[in-house]
Amino acid sequence: MTDATDMTPMSAPAARHTSGSLLTASARTKRRNAAETRFKAYGIAAIAIAVLALMFLLYSIVRDGASAFQQTYVSLPVTISAEVVDPKGNRDPAEMAKVISMSYGKVLDDSLKAWIAAENIQIPDLSEADIKSFFSNEAQARLREMVLADPSIIGETLDMTALTSSRVDGMFKGRVTEASAALDAKTSVAQYQLAQAMKDKGALVTKFNTAFITKPDASDNRAEAAGIGVAILGSFYMMLIVLVLALPIGVAASIYLEEFAPKNRFTDVIEVNIANLAAVPSIVFGILGLAAFINFVGLPRSTPIVGGLVLTLMTLPTIIISTRAALKSVPPSIRDAALGVGASKMQTVFHHVLPLAMPGILTGTIIGLAQALGETAPLLLIGMVAFVTTYPSAPPEGFFDPASALPVQVYNWTQRADPAFFERASGAIIVLLVFLLCMNLLAIFLRRKFERRW
Amino acid sequence: MPVFWIVLIVLALSAAGFVLGRGRVMAQAQGDSRKLHSRPVYYGWSVALYTALPAFLVLLIWLFVQPVIIQRSVSKYIPDEAIAEGQTRGIVMGEASKIASTLSVAVGQDVLTRPEALTLTMDDTERLDRLKAAQLPVLTKPDVLRAAQQYLRATHIGSLWLGIVTLALSGAGLVFALLRIRPDFRARNVVERVMRGLLIGCSTIAIATTAGIVLSLVFESISFFRLYPWQDFFFGTEWTPSFGGGSKLGMLPLLWGTLYISVIALLFAVPVGLFAAIYMSEYASPRVRSVVKPAIEILAGIPTIVYGLFALVTVGPLIRDWLAQPMGLGNSGSSVMTAGLVMGVMLIPFVSSLSDDIINAVPQSLRDGSLGLGSTHSETIRQVVLPAALPGIVGAVLLAASRAIGETMIVVLGAGAMAQISGNPFEAMTTITVKIVGQLTGDNDFASPETLVAFALGLTLFVLTLGLNIFALYIVRKYREQYE
Repeated sequence: MTDATDMTPMSAPAARHTSGSLLTASARTKRRNAAETRFKAYGIAAIAIAVLALMFLLYSIVRDGASAFQQTYVSLPVTISAEVVDPKGNRDPAEMAKVISMSYGKVLDDSLKAWIAAENIQIPDLSEADIKSFFSNEAQARLREMVLADPSIIGETLDMTALTSSRVDGMFKGRVTEASAALDAKTSVAQYQLAQAMKDKGALVTKFNTAFITKPDASDNRAEAAGIGVAILGSFYMMLIVLVLALPIGVAASIYLEEFAPKNRFTDVIEVNIANLAAVPSIVFGILGLAAFINFVGLPRSTPIVGGLVLTLMTLPTIIISTRAALKSVPPSIRDAALGVGASKMQTVFHHVLPLAMPGILTGTIIGLAQALGETAPLLLIGMVAFVTTYPSAPPEGFFDPASALPVQVYNWTQRADPAFFERASGAIIVLLVFLLCMNLLAIFLRRKFERRW
Repeated sequence: MPVFWIVLIVLALSAAGFVLGRGRVMAQAQGDSRKLHSRPVYYGWSVALYTALPAFLVLLIWLFVQPVIIQRSVSKYIPDEAIAEGQTRGIVMGEASKIASTLSVAVGQDVLTRPEALTLTMDDTERLDRLKAAQLPVLTKPDVLRAAQQYLRATHIGSLWLGIVTLALSGAGLVFALLRIRPDFRARNVVERVMRGLLIGCSTIAIATTAGIVLSLVFESISFFRLYPWQDFFFGTEWTPSFGGGSKLGMLPLLWGTLYISVIALLFAVPVGLFAAIYMSEYASPRVRSVVKPAIEILAGIPTIVYGLFALVTVGPLIRDWLAQPMGLGNSGSSVMTAGLVMGVMLIPFVSSLSDDIINAVPQSLRDGSLGLGSTHSETIRQVVLPAALPGIVGAVLLAASRAIGETMIVVLGAGAMAQISGNPFEAMTTITVKIVGQLTGDNDFASPETLVAFALGLTLFVLTLGLNIFALYIVRKYREQYE
């Protein structure tokens, strides 16, 4: 504390300070002013660090994730050869259903080879494996579904768009370069050159990736087909449960505590409880969900109902705290006036105080929901990490079907090997952040529109 | 009977009760509402509440209990052989319930009649083809199909009884409440008492939650300590769980990792957050404040999984390539430093907004006095404002520390899974929360100490954070009283 010692001589004779002009600052004044400037600079630096960290965070997510919304497809004439898809030649759907997806890969491979020959593309060391791994396994499965749905297309040549493998897709997103392709066992330089040649001839198209938003998760070796459809639906179901349970319960609890509760031991215990629950680590709520809802009650794992209940308990303190603040901000004169003209306590609260506090309550609820939407840790413990590829059915039965959740899907993808999943994880985070942004904007809008200053 | 219809009918009954109750009392009073004890609507409400509340309560409990009972009874129909390698009973049960819903859709679309669906077998190609033609293919094992049919049957019986019980209850409530109505019946008091009961019920949920947390942690921890000595858990320095047995489950390496990461996070977040708060409350113009404050608060609204991914994909490799490797301190992407820094960023808004409130609560007269004596702005802040705000700031830092200790996703993705006690911040270490996630995800065997240890870790975490929170809230509250 150099300044403290500097300040003590103030009471001493001011002889030192009278010498020199008032217009030129003394050495001590300069030092104190420098300290002032330094201190202010620290403050600016702190804010700059915080803002830069925010910008860097958002930038890196958008940089990694934006490409998830684009996907590369092969656009080729595909000849569906009868020998492969219908080896017996009798067009019997039951017989054809026995041909597995893998065999359909041959149809695609042959078409690609035919196209290479027709376009006269010369690539040295282009191996069978390079062609085989050019297409996604998902493309084979789709082709199979197409043929089984409409056997009349067998033998014909169709213009098809088929999903490429994640490595080929990565070549157009900067994830796979010619140099890295040489080191990668799952792709090769020849495949890279083939992809570039196809791009030049217009046989590779990049389209907006609607499948990413609507399709379910896909297995480890087909990152290119993975989507967040089930996760969005699961998150939506959980938010529905949280909204339906947490809003009425939270508002009712706050009304009791703020307007009716006498000051006694019982209400004190409730108050302390709520304050502490708000600060309990979220993972502890996950343990509660696992022990109470799954092991004790026996609700099924990985389901929106358990997730929704856990998130409800987690969100309740937030909603109660903001609702109580909203109720508190309604001036007592309103209550006095209502009571004065003969309204009962209950009538005062429900007819006058609650409507006036509603904007504040809704804002708090939306913020609580936004918090719940991004919560991951408790959901990991109740089994939401399970690999779910079927959509849950419509509510209320759908609440008991296995589902995923957006943030958990992100975590899930970070645990996979293929780097394409990291791109998808960042893409899913962009979707999550967009949802959160919309919810917060709605909260700000509500506050601006209905907020009243008394 | 579908729940939707039950709800609708009960609501309709209760609306009818409202009209009837109101009409009945008005008729008794010959249309003169001044003869009544309460306003006419309250008579309506009293009937409506008696009609709807007991019925909905039963409905709610039933809906939670029925699937549990059905799951248990149907689960018996699946022999152990039907559960394939790598599957769990839950997955097979899920398949059975999927098929059951397919079948009920098929019945709904008149593809099959109800008895046909219940007697379907896997060799009945005619019915299976009909299902396939209607885009509702059923492909499964006979055992699972039988379980699905049992599921269908039980659900049908359950929902039938549910309908009968709730509607009967609702009707009985309606009649009972209607008969009670007379002009001197204190309807408003009855309605308000019921409402009050509902409000109190809702506010006790907070207590129930805490009790649930404590009970579930304590009971499972007790069964853990029966299997594993508590001394070894609390004072063991080795964490090597192995499901084959002979695991060492010492908590100290995890506690060390937790505290190390939290300290780094706080060393970053407290100065930055504090200086940001000081600048915003003492120096910034209202315009700057209105831009910067929300910007910093955005950091608080970002979910922790986003920070986790940021640590894993961006910060981890950056620290490894630019700091750890050039200094020869390690080449791990996930490290204490990574997790600590990212967590620090997460805590900035937490520290800054709490400190901001506390600094603003310091009375202006203290500042005016100091400035009037000739001290500069920064001298005022350092020697007058901060000492006055110190207890509150300490409270804020403690709250931030409790947040850091309980944080999960950032450490799961950023800190690694190596349980070790080491001083090198560029090495991967692990925390209590990481290991809770690690031991409890996937298929669990709730009889083995390797799974149950997660509950003991959870209890430790809960007690640790609860202690910090109570202490912090105590300090903050005590301080606030000084100036109000």
